[in-house]
Amino acid sequence: MLWPIDFIVLTLVIVCAIAAISVRDLLSSAILFGAYSFMMCLLWAIMGAVDVAFTEASVGAGVSTIFFVAAIFRTTRRSKD
Amino acid sequence: MKWIGLVTVFICGCLLLFVTKDFPAWGDPSSPASTHLSTHFIEKGLQETGAPNLVTAVLADYRGYDTLFEAVVVFCAGLALLLLLRDSQSKRQQSVYYRHIPTEVTLHIKDPSKAPRESRDLERIDTLWVPFDIILKTVCRILIPFIQIFALYVVAHGETSPGGGFQGGVIFGASLILLSLSFDLRSVLKNINEIWLGFISALGIFIYTGIGVLCMFLGGNFLDYERLSLILPVDTTHVRALGMMGVEIGVGFIVMAVMVMIYLNLSSDGRLDEGL
Repeated sequence: MLWPIDFIVLTLVIVCAIAAISVRDLLSSAILFGAYSFMMCLLWAIMGAVDVAFTEASVGAGVSTIFFVAAIFRTTRRSKD
Repeated sequence: MKWIGLVTVFICGCLLLFVTKDFPAWGDPSSPASTHLSTHFIEKGLQETGAPNLVTAVLADYRGYDTLFEAVVVFCAGLALLLLLRDSQSKRQQSVYYRHIPTEVTLHIKDPSKAPRESRDLERIDTLWVPFDIILKTVCRILIPFIQIFALYVVAHGETSPGGGFQGGVIFGASLILLSLSFDLRSVLKNINEIWLGFISALGIFIYTGIGVLCMFLGGNFLDYERLSLILPVDTTHVRALGMMGVEIGVGFIVMAVMVMIYLNLSSDGRLDEGL
């Protein structure tokens, strides 16, 4: 019924996933991972799994991104490979 | 070597895609998953548990053991992180920085033993450059109470609307992390110190298992909330929703404390003095 929204969100999920593993800068990788989580959250919400979407938004897009940023802040921002 | 990895990943991906066509269609009413248990949960869930949100009814009542051990996993993650990262001995930075608020002059004190006492005019700041950001601080000061109220709402309405202890705990923890990001790490520790965080996370486990054991003392099985109606003045279906809420509060305590603990230790390298 909402196939254009579905299509756009799915495309963005795949784009964010590929970008997050291919980018060199770890900080941008963390932010892209947050964007990926948020797109997944939209996808759960479209499929009607509101509880899962809620968890994904608070844990995946919110807190885990902050944890990544904190870990990068105390280690290094460049990836070795 | 890279080629072998790529070929392996490609073959595995193809196999996974090939297998997905055996899956039942999305939302198929005749699929195995929705013929046996789901119908029972959907038809009898509300009258058996008294919780309109089926997801919470399944998580906290029908699958109460799963949720208990998930909460224990979160608690263990916090303990492991404390063992790995917490460093109470070493003091790396030798000098401390202070800001005189009326004049915005930054003081650099090389000998920490001569450091002045903090007062309304003098605040300690992090070694890395921190601007005097009154807009950010004011906005966060207004926002944080609303985030916390929303977190409590999510916990309290876990059995009637989406959400529950886990999400509410994460949101409450995130509000404390926001406080630490916008002010500094010490202002969080001033409100809630490390020992209290550990105590709260253990208290969450105690609440969850305590409710379970209380049901055993009242003559039922572990986590059999119906028995709580012997001591609570409500009927037997509504008491299950109440038991679920108690359990959700326990989960909220654990998750909140562990999230804040992880953030504080990660961002300060385990020294809990200067954060992000």
